[in-house]
This record gives sequence, structure tokens and C-alpha cells, in this order.
Amino acid sequence: MIDLLGYGAFFTSSALIFGLIALGLNLQWGQTGLFNVGIAGFVAIGAYTSAILTTPETADRIGGFDWPILAGWLAAALVTAAAAAFTGFATLRLKSDYLAITTFGVAVVVQLVALNAQGLTGGPFGVAFIPRPFAALQDQPALFNFINLGVIASVTIAVYLALEHLARSPWGRVLKALREDERAAISLGKSARSYRIQAFAAGGAVMGLAGAVQAHFIGFIAPNGYLPTLTFQVWAMLMVGGSGSNKGAVLGSVVVWAIWVGAGAFSAAVVPGDWQARAASLQIVAIGVMLCLILLWRPQGFFGPQGLFGKRRS
Amino acid sequence: MNLQFIVDGLISGSLIGLGAIGITLTYSILRFSNFAQGDFMAWGAYGTLSVTAAIGALVGTTAPIGALSFGWPLIAAAIIGMVLTACLALLLDWLLFARLRDRGQSIIVVMASFGASMALRSLSEFIFTSSPTYFSRGIQMAIPIGLGIRITPDQTVMLATTLILVTAMHLFMQRSQTGREMRAYSQNPALARVVGIDTARVVRATWIIGAALACAAGVMVGILVQIRPLMGLDLLLPMFAAAILGGIGSVPGAVLGGLIIGLSEAAAVQLIGAEWRAAIAFAILMAVLLVRPMGLFGRAER
Repeated sequence: MIDLLGYGAFFTSSALIFGLIALGLNLQWGQTGLFNVGIAGFVAIGAYTSAILTTPETADRIGGFDWPILAGWLAAALVTAAAAAFTGFATLRLKSDYLAITTFGVAVVVQLVALNAQGLTGGPFGVAFIPRPFAALQDQPALFNFINLGVIASVTIAVYLALEHLARSPWGRVLKALREDERAAISLGKSARSYRIQAFAAGGAVMGLAGAVQAHFIGFIAPNGYLPTLTFQVWAMLMVGGSGSNKGAVLGSVVVWAIWVGAGAFSAAVVPGDWQARAASLQIVAIGVMLCLILLWRPQGFFGPQGLFGKRRS
Repeated sequence: MNLQFIVDGLISGSLIGLGAIGITLTYSILRFSNFAQGDFMAWGAYGTLSVTAAIGALVGTTAPIGALSFGWPLIAAAIIGMVLTACLALLLDWLLFARLRDRGQSIIVVMASFGASMALRSLSEFIFTSSPTYFSRGIQMAIPIGLGIRITPDQTVMLATTLILVTAMHLFMQRSQTGREMRAYSQNPALARVVGIDTARVVRATWIIGAALACAAGVMVGILVQIRPLMGLDLLLPMFAAAILGGIGSVPGAVLGGLIIGLSEAAAVQLIGAEWRAAIAFAILMAVLLVRPMGLFGRAER
């Protein structure tokens, strides 16, 4: 029983980390209409920043500054925000497609740096021994799982409340105005580009923080944790939940993660060994198809109030 | 510095350029960046491989042409493969893109192409597994042509084929009725409709050309390197960068952009190492976006 509860805590923690990433994406896409195809790249920037800053000193790579975990998280958010702000700065005066292409490029380059800059990122083997919060309790697995869940849930709730507050603040109202009627907002003296860059950077900060939280939750990171599949998963989560809604982003993450884990467990039990890799790719096909079906038939998602394009279609 | 990089760069650049033609046409005519373009490449290559195998089963083994690594079955299969890839693109358009395009938000179509690309790529991994395959496992001797440069017979033929395809495309866009209609539609869709241009036909032509050229490029990658489900994804960033560098909507621009990126990548492999190759396209993309976002031959965006 305690094992089952422990697993439940572990599952919920993983799902909430995705929820955090989806919250960041919701600020970028749901509330501002900025298309980010490089989520995995931004999450990786956060994860690596915090990992490099907080791990104990290591001989074979730069870093290992032994910072406190919270400082690492803060730095992760700031560095990722800077990367996102630069991406936005370069592309947001152009049509939205350019942002999509550039974020795709960011993910490619981050993956490349993670793989090849061995002296900084540990190369294909990644970074290990990332300190975990409350590591002293590690010998009591169940308690440790619950404490981790507590930490992750508090971060998620804090970010959720901050984003809800932000959406209602004057700043959030400008974003809404830009979304509903760009010309009117610009004629009131609001710079569309500058607000969009801010929103993109803030969303990036949340993604970076999520990456850092995940790195410290697992204790180990490697480049293959940040493949394009991650980007797809998060998009599917937000679209299922309903873009534009923070609550939808979190609920959608839990639901899609449950489906993903469930499908994985099912195929591991049913599919014979040499077909496992193939079954895993079917899982991804399913996500791609699901994303397209939602775009076609239920663009407002399932859990939020009418989402972004539900309103627009009228 | 070894001059061999010029041949390597020209070859990979022409493959990138062929793929980028599809991207630049979809962008300027259908108004969205198609993330599934790379997967048309991979599916075209796998389709051609399957047709080659079918022909091989029907007529037995055939002798390769001259010094090349392949015979007529591959050429026939590539043409069938181009038709199949075009059908795949039209099917996707009918199922997905056309419906979303009608709603008028182009970024939703981009997202759909992203989802479709994911599904297509993983489906090819499911069917063909992720281990690479080859059209031919033979090894070709490279022939020295002076200045320390060597080139294989296959590479020569691929360069010539690209040249023919690109010239044909350029003439088609400039001279043929369909090409003129496509250019008119890309400049002003509303006006094009008013003067009686059949927009459905323009859309069809765009998909057929983009997918067929992607298949041709995919087959060439398969002949010169190998066929993998991820081959299209790896070329996607260089193709986007080439289309933007050349100027969105410009066919010669896309090819020139492809060549510039191919040459820079090949030079970078010699100077800073092969592992950083994929970053070159990104660096060029960022430079273009910051300095001259309309590209070499593009018009300023409204």
C-alpha cells in the first residue's frame, strides 16, 4: 500500500513538472499566440544551468559550483528567460512562422551543445549527482517521495498563482488586447513587439525553472532527455487541457502523462521484447495524430473555459 | 585547407536546395512553414526503396548503369516514388491542412504540420525500424579531378540531376501557365481569384512539386549516404535556413541558399569539426533574421 502511494506521489510529481512546462507554454501560446517548437531546448537550458551551478566540483568539466538548490533554480529561470528574450528579439518583428523556425533551431543547437561541449555539459553521458532537495531523507523512500511531491506541488502552485495574477494584471490585459485586436492596442501606444518579447521570455523562464526542478527531482540529466518528443508531449498536454487556460494546462498534463505512462506500461506488458522499440514509436504516432485531431475538432481543448481560438472563430 | 569541401558542400547544398524549394513554395503560396517537408523526404526515399525491391523481385537483378551504383530500376522507382510522395502530400492536405487553412489562422496550420511530421516520422520508424538502410552497399572509387578534389560517379550524376531539376523548375515557374498562376497567387491571392485563377489547382500544383522534389532529394541522400527515418528531420533546419536566406518565394533563391549553407557546413566540418555541423544552419539563419530578414531575393514582408 505504501509502495503504491509512493508510486502515486512519484507519478504526480512527474506529471506536475510537465504541468509547469505547459504553464510556460500557455503564457507564450495560449495567452500571447507565440508558437514555440523548441520547448525541449528551453527546458534543457534550465536543467543544465541549474545542474552545472549546484553540483559539487568535478574534475573533467567546468562547473560544479556547489550553489544552493534554490539559487540554481533562480539562475535557471533567468538564463532561460535571457535565451528566450534573444530568440524573441531576433524574430518577433517578423511573421510568426519565423519564431517557430527559430525555436526549432534553438532546440537543435541546445541538443548539439549538450552532446558535444563535453567540458561544460558532460557530453552524451550528461551530468550526474545533481543534489536533490531534502536528500537527507533519501533512505526513507516513501517519505522522500512525498516530500518531493510537496516541493514540486508548491512550485507549481506558486507559478500557477503568479501566472493567474499576471493574466489579470495591467500587463496581462495588454497581452489580451494585442491578441483580440492588435491594431487597437498598438494605436493606444502599446508596443506589440516589446510585450511579446516579455511574454516569450517569461514563458521561457517558467520552462527553464521546470527543467531545473526536473533535473533535481531525477538527480541526473543527459541530452536524450530533451529530444523533440518532449516538445510534442507538452504541446499535446496544453492542447488537450485547452490553451489559454492555466488550469487546463495543468490538468491536461496530468491526463496526457497518465495516458502516456499507461500506454507504455500496457505495451511493455503485451508487446514481445524485440518489438518494444517499435511499439514506442507507435506511442509517438498516437500523440501526433491526437494533436491533429484536437486541432481539427476540438481546438478549445477539454478542461479550460473556451480557449483562444474558440473565441476567435465567431 | 583541402579543397574537397567544395564538392562535398555543393552536393549536400544541392540536396538542401531541392528540399527548400518545397518549403519556399508552401510558404509563399499556402502561407505556412511546413515542418513535414523533411518527412516527405524520408517517406519518398523509403517509398522508392520499396518500389526498387518490388521491381527487383519481378525482373531479378539488373546490371548497374556504367560506373554508377544503381541501374534503371532505381530510376523508375524514383519516378514512382515521386508520384507516391505527391499523393501523400495531397492526402495530408485533404485530411488536415485544407480544413485548418479555411479557418484562416496560419499558425494553427504550422502546428498541424508539426504534429503530422511527428506522426509520419514515428510511423516510418515503426514500419522500417530506426536502423539505416541503403540502396546499394557497394563502395565506389572516387576519381581525382585535380586540385586534390575527388568525386564519385554517383556524385557527378546527382549534381547533374539537381541542375536539370532546378532549371526545369525555374522554367516551369517563369514560362508555364501553372507557374505564372502560382506566382500570381503568391503575390496576391484575392486578386488571383478575381482574374479567374483556379486556386484549388494552384494549391495542388504546390503540393505536388514540393513533395516530388523532396522525394528526389531524399532518394539522392539515400544513394549518397543512407536512408533513415530521421534523415528528413536532420535536414529540416538547413532547408528552412536556405529558404529564408534565399528569400521566401524565390526558387533560385532557395537553391542558392542551399548551396551557401551546404558549402559553409562543409567548410565548418574542416575548420571546427564535424560535430558542430548542424549549428552552421542556425548561425546563418540568425544572421539573416537579424541583418536582412527578407533574404537575398525576397520582397519585404507586409
